[in-house]
Amino acid sequence: MVKTGKVRKEGLLFTFFFLGVFLLLFVCITLGNMFYEQTKDFSGLVSAIKDPVVLSSIWISISATTASTFIAFLFGVPLAYFLARKNFLGKSFVEGVLDVPLMIPHIVAGIALYGVFMRSGLIGEPFKKVGIVFQDAFPGVVVAMLFMSFPYLVDSAKEGFKTVDPRLENVARSLGVSQWEAFTKVTFPLAFPSIFNGVLLCWARGISEFSAVLILAYFPKSAPILIYEKFTSFGLAVSRPISVLLILICLLIFAFLRTSKWREK
Amino acid sequence: MITIKNLYKSWGDFSLKNINLEVKGKEYFIVLGPTGAGKTLLLETIAGFHIPDKGEIWINGEDMTYIPPEKRRIGFVYQDYLLFPHLTVRENVKFGLKSRESQGRVKEVMKQLGISHLADRYPETLSGGEQQKVALARALATEPSILLLDEPLAAIDQRTREYLREELKRVHREAGITTIHVTHDRTEAVVLADRIGVMMNGEIKQIGMVPNVFNKPLNEEIAGFVGVENILKGEILENKNGVALIDTGKLKIYAVTNHERGEAALLIRPEDIFFSKNLLRSSARNNIKGRIVEITYLGTIFRVKMDNGLVAFITKRSLEELKLEIGEAVYASFKATAVHVLKS
Repeated sequence: MVKTGKVRKEGLLFTFFFLGVFLLLFVCITLGNMFYEQTKDFSGLVSAIKDPVVLSSIWISISATTASTFIAFLFGVPLAYFLARKNFLGKSFVEGVLDVPLMIPHIVAGIALYGVFMRSGLIGEPFKKVGIVFQDAFPGVVVAMLFMSFPYLVDSAKEGFKTVDPRLENVARSLGVSQWEAFTKVTFPLAFPSIFNGVLLCWARGISEFSAVLILAYFPKSAPILIYEKFTSFGLAVSRPISVLLILICLLIFAFLRTSKWREK
Repeated sequence: MITIKNLYKSWGDFSLKNINLEVKGKEYFIVLGPTGAGKTLLLETIAGFHIPDKGEIWINGEDMTYIPPEKRRIGFVYQDYLLFPHLTVRENVKFGLKSRESQGRVKEVMKQLGISHLADRYPETLSGGEQQKVALARALATEPSILLLDEPLAAIDQRTREYLREELKRVHREAGITTIHVTHDRTEAVVLADRIGVMMNGEIKQIGMVPNVFNKPLNEEIAGFVGVENILKGEILENKNGVALIDTGKLKIYAVTNHERGEAALLIRPEDIFFSKNLLRSSARNNIKGRIVEITYLGTIFRVKMDNGLVAFITKRSLEELKLEIGEAVYASFKATAVHVLKS
């Protein structure tokens, strides 16, 4: 009797588990197949690793997404804190606006960014005067990535700050520390797991950006663009090793960050 | 010393209206009031977490109304402890201290509250009572000039609460720190307070020593809250040399009062009434016969209600000795001085 009861109770969980496995397999089969196919052509992978064009495109991708994540962090964390703590008229409108980059097609975002950041654009022109060019330049890659990925960081950090009771800051201040110290010693560390998740999402979303980067800054060629170019010109055999290499590097970085000390607590 | 002058503050659903309060140096002052009275808001405003809409807050002779909380030298303890969950007990206690002086002070305070053995534990592994002791230690570590306690015992189980209540008393005696403690619990007020202020609907309605407020509340609302279970309406028929005869319709009651003829409310605390089966000779002027309609066990004492509406508290021993049962006729006796008369 007890046993049937238990099986029944867990029955729902089992059903859901098997339904969920569908998505897990979807990812594993797709990526696994790519890796498996690549093992048959090991020399292709080795030559990709040795190819300076490939390496420099991956470096551009990694450094650009790191830069854009840094910018997103610098401006996004304060914004997230403000949104988590303050209620004001039109707040949901502001939050909606900040999530727009998640809603619109990336190619559309690229077009919009191009209009503003091209050499003669609203922002592109004044920046050109001080020597910063976005169009077909590294800063353009960063800007395109930033636009498409910062909402992940802001949303995640905001949820993190919301879980920190503001009265903890009250207590901290009653103990003699300033508002800033209360933030850095209490609120930020407590919200950190969420902020860190946001940073990872933002970073990953940045490196995967293709369409918006394609429109605003085709050059210098970042990895997704190089892969696309190789695919259209030479097909799977040439584009796959670069893809595998990019994924391997990204997974290594993720694995390192996820297991790093920061996430222990 | 804490002085509050004409304080007004609205915040969310709560508001403070014209609060005037003076807490003396080293005094243990309790603000007693029901849920929603604005007690926490008052405490948070004194702490500086809110800026008053109007009025002034002075602490030890300094105008602190617009001074940020970190400069007020206060200790604050919330009902739900609010320890920093990412820090150990020791780090929590150390939080407000500059590193140089801290080592010794942290040890001293942890020893004082008996939490030294918990030093390396994280808050989530502690019981409620332990957490509250840590919160108290953290607040005391900085040697604040005033201590603000927001229902510090409300979330703690009964046994620990009694123990912690004594701890609060001891700590206050040892540290001699001016304390404001807000609560809805009358027992805390009786055990701990030098003076109390009754707070309702955002206002301090009455301030005084506990016996004074409990026995002579200013109005029926306060009376109800401080545990006066018998609130009767009547008419003063006559007053001879300070002893009035009052007719409530059902009962005739003698009361010591200066009020003259007219409508009045009578307040009698349930613990001032005693029962007897046969009328005893005693100093009680009022001896009222009635039948018992209800007996409720309250954990340590019994609450007995009579058909004439009177409510009394009685110990288990008296209940058994008198063999009181529902339906039985008894005399309820109380002194004329136990009746507090409010002229309406």
